[in-house]
Amino acid sequence: MIKVLLFADLEERAGQRIVEIPTAEMNIADIRRYLLDKFPQLSASIRTAMPAINEEYAADQAVASSGDEVAFIPPVSGG
Amino acid sequence: MTEKNFVITREAIDIEAVVNKVADRNAGAINTFIGTVRELTNGKKTLYLKYDAYIPMAEKKLAQIGEEIQRDFPAAKVAITHRIGELAIADTAVVIAVSTPHRADAFTASRYAIERIKEIVPIWKKEHWEDGEEWIGDQLEKRSYPSGKPEKEDL
Repeated sequence: MIKVLLFADLEERAGQRIVEIPTAEMNIADIRRYLLDKFPQLSASIRTAMPAINEEYAADQAVASSGDEVAFIPPVSGG
Repeated sequence: MTEKNFVITREAIDIEAVVNKVADRNAGAINTFIGTVRELTNGKKTLYLKYDAYIPMAEKKLAQIGEEIQRDFPAAKVAITHRIGELAIADTAVVIAVSTPHRADAFTASRYAIERIKEIVPIWKKEHWEDGEEWIGDQLEKRSYPSGKPEKEDL
């Protein structure tokens, strides 16, 4: 199982912060597709979000494995 | 002392406590940056803000900023605390303290830290106005992401 975290407007649009994907492995691009399938309302914002695996920014081709924590990080606005 | 220098907190920030973390006998300067909640943005009145963060990654990225500063200024000491949750106008959202042997480096490093926070640290603010609310995206002003996200070298 891969744990996926959504933040800010992604979380709000999806109505949840945590999505669990019951799979052994999936790359980031496929996780995006999985989320879009489940939450079509994410379409605009998920494209501009940066993926991270286990708290480190990751590329679209990066592969997450069961037990990993994936996050989609919308453009940040701290400070 | 094992006190953390890079912190996300839900409490009001004790500015002096952040400054004290970088106090050093070899420092000739401590530069403190305090980011506060502004009421008017482009004429629009903010009632209050809400900040959220991916806390463990945000603290890691703040620590990375500290390491980047020490790469350029090995004698620098850095501490950053960012507050999340609901903040009122004029509240302190972030405190950055940098000490260095000479003041010019402390100014440079402090400026670098706040710009870098706006690039790589997973913290988001939601502005609440009289007529609505919105999560604010990239607001660096001086830099845009052509691909809609930070480039690899930015991370």
